[in-house]
Amino acid sequence: MQDEIKNITAILETVSDPEIPVLSVTDMGIIREVKMNGDSVEVIITPTYTGCPAMDMIAMNIRLALIEKGYRNVIITSVLSPAWTTDWMTESGKQKLKAYGIAPPQTPSGIPSDGTIACPQCHSTNTRCISEFGSTACKALYQCNDCKEPFDYFKCH
Amino acid sequence: MMNADNNLVNYLLHLADTTLILSQRNSEWCGHGPVLEQDIALTNIALDLLGQSRNFYQYAAIVSGNNHTEDTLAYLRTEREYKNLLLTEQPNGDWAQTILRQYLFSQFQYLYFEQLQYSADTQIAAITAKALKEIKYHVRWSSEWVIRLGDGTEESKVRMNAAIITLWPYTGEMFMPASYEQTIAFRGIGYDCSELKEIWQQKVKTIFEEATLIVPEKVFMQTGGKNGTHTENMGYILTELQYVQRAYPNCEW
Ligand SMILES: [Zn+2]
Repeated sequence: MQDEIKNITAILETVSDPEIPVLSVTDMGIIREVKMNGDSVEVIITPTYTGCPAMDMIAMNIRLALIEKGYRNVIITSVLSPAWTTDWMTESGKQKLKAYGIAPPQTPSGIPSDGTIACPQCHSTNTRCISEFGSTACKALYQCNDCKEPFDYFKCH
Repeated sequence: MMNADNNLVNYLLHLADTTLILSQRNSEWCGHGPVLEQDIALTNIALDLLGQSRNFYQYAAIVSGNNHTEDTLAYLRTEREYKNLLLTEQPNGDWAQTILRQYLFSQFQYLYFEQLQYSADTQIAAITAKALKEIKYHVRWSSEWVIRLGDGTEESKVRMNAAIITLWPYTGEMFMPASYEQTIAFRGIGYDCSELKEIWQQKVKTIFEEATLIVPEKVFMQTGGKNGTHTENMGYILTELQYVQRAYPNCEW
């Protein structure tokens, strides 16, 4: 059964976040638990943001990925507590984000002061926050004062 | 069959309706914001509020039994069945009025959910604890705008003052519990909102002072939203919100 769960976890690592396709749902820390009960699989997920419109699609993609690999009885359960935090994002996930051009979340939580977030293009920390609300609920909009590139910052949550 | 817990259902609907209606109002700005970043900010807030309302509706549907779903609760109830705060249904007006409505509500919602995260009802505790992380941004964004407009140009100050006169009479209701709220608070599931009046006033006063705005005194307060008696705005909001389900019953896509 441990092997079975390992197998399922490996499949989940291939399911990407529809809004940030370089990250898998495991990288995001959305997967809370995988349970086996006879031939049925239960995947327990948690939404990033309350209103995240990608959650329904994520649940469907997880189901499809598992069905494709031969699992017939797939249950996706969404739990709200404990509330998702960017601390659950994997280290490799943060690296992938950066390579994709999105500055990864920094601790402590909240919006960091200007001059602390590194530009994902030129790595300068001479950057400023343009808006705390960005292209999706999880991102804020920043600009680099050196290379002038605007970029997304994944908000610490 | 066991009787549904009507007080809890009404309470959940009050929470769900309040967040849905403010979300609906904010989303009217989509594509009309003064600059792109602020258009995006307001629609992000609308999305957060919509997510909260869905969580409350889904839970209300379970508690009520009756084959309800989040969709039937949102799309098939009439004006008199909606229990949202009157403040949330007030028109967008100009940017000042939209900002002030958001600030007055978010400041209250933050204090209120801070208490609800310890609710004896684990689902309410989970929904509100999660929402708090988002509301913190709403309070900060809207309070910064209140300061910017109040302590801005002559024109922006005039508009802020007009917004205060328009919206203030709808703030008293937040601190006057309906009977279902009292019952739910007594059971340790809700919280007595009247307890938050003083701290809310202090918070608002601090922001208003920074914005060089004056907190009104002795204003007659409108009530009724929590029990389904709404201002004339409500019918128009629901007409738009529910149009598709009313015109094409049970349609899905
Ligand atoms: Zn740069």
